[in-house]
Amino acid sequence: MHKILRDVGNAVAKFGAVTLFFARVLMQIPRVLLRPSLVIYQVHNAGALSLVIIMTCGLFVGMVLGLQGYDMLARFGSESALGSGAALALLKELGPVITSLLFAGRAGTALASEIGLMRVTDQLVAMDVMAVDPFRRVVAPRFIGGVIAMPLLTMIFIAVGIFGVQLIGVQQLGVDQGTFWSQMRGSVQVHDVWEGVIKGCVFGVACSLIAVYEGYTAEPTAEGVGRATTRTVVTSAVLTLFLDYIITALML
Amino acid sequence: MQKSHATEFVTGAFVLFGFASLFFLVTQITNKDFSVMGSGGYSLVAKFENVGSLKVGAPVSMSGVNVGRVESIVYDQNIYKAVVHMHINPQFDKIPNDSDAAIMTAGLLGGQYISVSAGGSEQYFKNGDKFVGVQQDAIVLENLINKFMANMAGKSSGESSSKSDK
Repeated sequence: MHKILRDVGNAVAKFGAVTLFFARVLMQIPRVLLRPSLVIYQVHNAGALSLVIIMTCGLFVGMVLGLQGYDMLARFGSESALGSGAALALLKELGPVITSLLFAGRAGTALASEIGLMRVTDQLVAMDVMAVDPFRRVVAPRFIGGVIAMPLLTMIFIAVGIFGVQLIGVQQLGVDQGTFWSQMRGSVQVHDVWEGVIKGCVFGVACSLIAVYEGYTAEPTAEGVGRATTRTVVTSAVLTLFLDYIITALML
Repeated sequence: MQKSHATEFVTGAFVLFGFASLFFLVTQITNKDFSVMGSGGYSLVAKFENVGSLKVGAPVSMSGVNVGRVESIVYDQNIYKAVVHMHINPQFDKIPNDSDAAIMTAGLLGGQYISVSAGGSEQYFKNGDKFVGVQQDAIVLENLINKFMANMAGKSSGESSSKSDK
């Protein structure tokens, strides 16, 4: 009984710690934006270097969606709905969620282990000694870089995914090109695109925050950094799916 | 310095690519039509009692081949009918001007489209022409069921079907 109470207490305390951490990062944002080169470097790290994996996965997800969607819709004789179905699925769910999971795996782990290793090698302490705020120099730029990169990656993922659907559905399986695009245009509204953008932004904030928090608070041992990296992926994935439900419920 | 320049370039390319994707999504796959219609071509007008769930952008087809798009659907309260403007692609310039238009449904779950069946006239449609032939409305399931029920009721009570139709 005591153990359960203590676990609940720990969970609440951790939630509070993450929130305070978030507030500290947010307070640094105006100052960090005055030195954009740090942020640009982190957008490069989190975004541009994730581009290949995001585009490859987007293409394959789109192609699978084309195959599966076609097979399913062909049973009702409505292959013409492939375009709208696949576009809506990519925009509203698959795009943001899969991008977020990939982002946590590719960029989140890199952030967490990088900051964790700085902790292990006492670089963060050294910065403190030199009166350089590690929040401003290390944590906040990485956080902002991730937040900027994630929605952009989501949009790229979706665009490449739709290209993949088109590749299989139209080029290979022979859905009429005009019907494919006109059905898509007929059923996709601008607000569906915004739903994808908003989800991308929220997931970007969540995944980046988890990554920098876990890295910053990692135990200063090799094992500690490994655990922090693992926790980053697990927490990001669970949080992504949880937030996905909340946002979907809010935006429907 | 060289390295930092390369980093900035790659980052810039990435950000531009991201915004290009967003632009593609907003302009190309939503119903916000900017310049999707090919230039040229001409428009036709048809009037329907009921357009069902016909949408702007739905295909206009002849013999199952796409020849154009629905441009706008408005309700004309002077004649109590829906007025549908269609844009026909320029290469299809020999549609007889007594052709019929009908609203059909593609497949079980498919969208509705306008099917044009060619008439026998020697004159062809020009820009802004109105359909004068048969203009068949969208089939509404409830109306069909109502008719069917009325017929059934008429038969079972032994009255003439012409009375029960009313």
